[in-house]
Amino acid sequence: MSPMNNPQDLNPSSLKSRFTTRFLRALTKINGQKPISSSSPREMFQRYRRIKVAADKSMAWSVRSRRTWSRAMLWKLRSRYSCRQASSSRRSSVRTSTIIKSRQAKTSHEKENKNTTTGQDEVGFVVQADKLRKLVPGGEAMDLCNLLGETAHYIKCLTTQVQVMRKIAHFYSL
Amino acid sequence: MFSHGSRASSRITDDELNALILKLQTLLPQLNQGRNARVSATKVLNETCSYIRRLQKEVDDLSERLSQRPGSMDITSFDAEILRNLLQQ
Repeated sequence: MSPMNNPQDLNPSSLKSRFTTRFLRALTKINGQKPISSSSPREMFQRYRRIKVAADKSMAWSVRSRRTWSRAMLWKLRSRYSCRQASSSRRSSVRTSTIIKSRQAKTSHEKENKNTTTGQDEVGFVVQADKLRKLVPGGEAMDLCNLLGETAHYIKCLTTQVQVMRKIAHFYSL
Repeated sequence: MFSHGSRASSRITDDELNALILKLQTLLPQLNQGRNARVSATKVLNETCSYIRRLQKEVDDLSERLSQRPGSMDITSFDAEILRNLLQQ
């Protein structure tokens, strides 16, 4: 595993240490409650979900609100938490309509792709950019320039997150 | 590269766009072998999407692994030890 030695804009060492501290704190809180051996599958699933949220939240918090994607992720995590407390049925209906909307957008893009022979690369670019928007938190509202910049930062943070989590998992497996 | 503006990005210049795409390309391990090799912007975006998906999936898998921590250990001393090791690299 090659260490990240690029001190230009991200300063990975301090981001990594901030993330590590936060995430470990959350992890020990989540795992330290009950002995694992007596957990039911449902409890284990809940623990896995909480750890996943803790990982994303810790990373977004370590970036603070300096980035659009981290702000969007924190907002999403907070609103998901309050939504779950309100009503789960409302949330599932919202999700269904979003899925339908995205399917319609996808078919219109595919039609576009078939009809144009010239400028097809341009259309392909737009299609890929749209896919990227869905992957990067808050990407739907960004213009292209911001999207690309945020994506670069998001990728750096994701790789840090994966690095740290791998090392923790390796430690725990001893 | 793109003569007519696409979507709401007509403000961005071609040079800026190329610079950003190139920056993304350097972050992608699978495209980084021949750095002078010209890869189309669409391909860079495509690879970026699959790379992000892969990373997100790995976070997911690692979260599942971490939820299966065996046994009970002295948490506090473990914390400090892990932290020191992680930060050394």
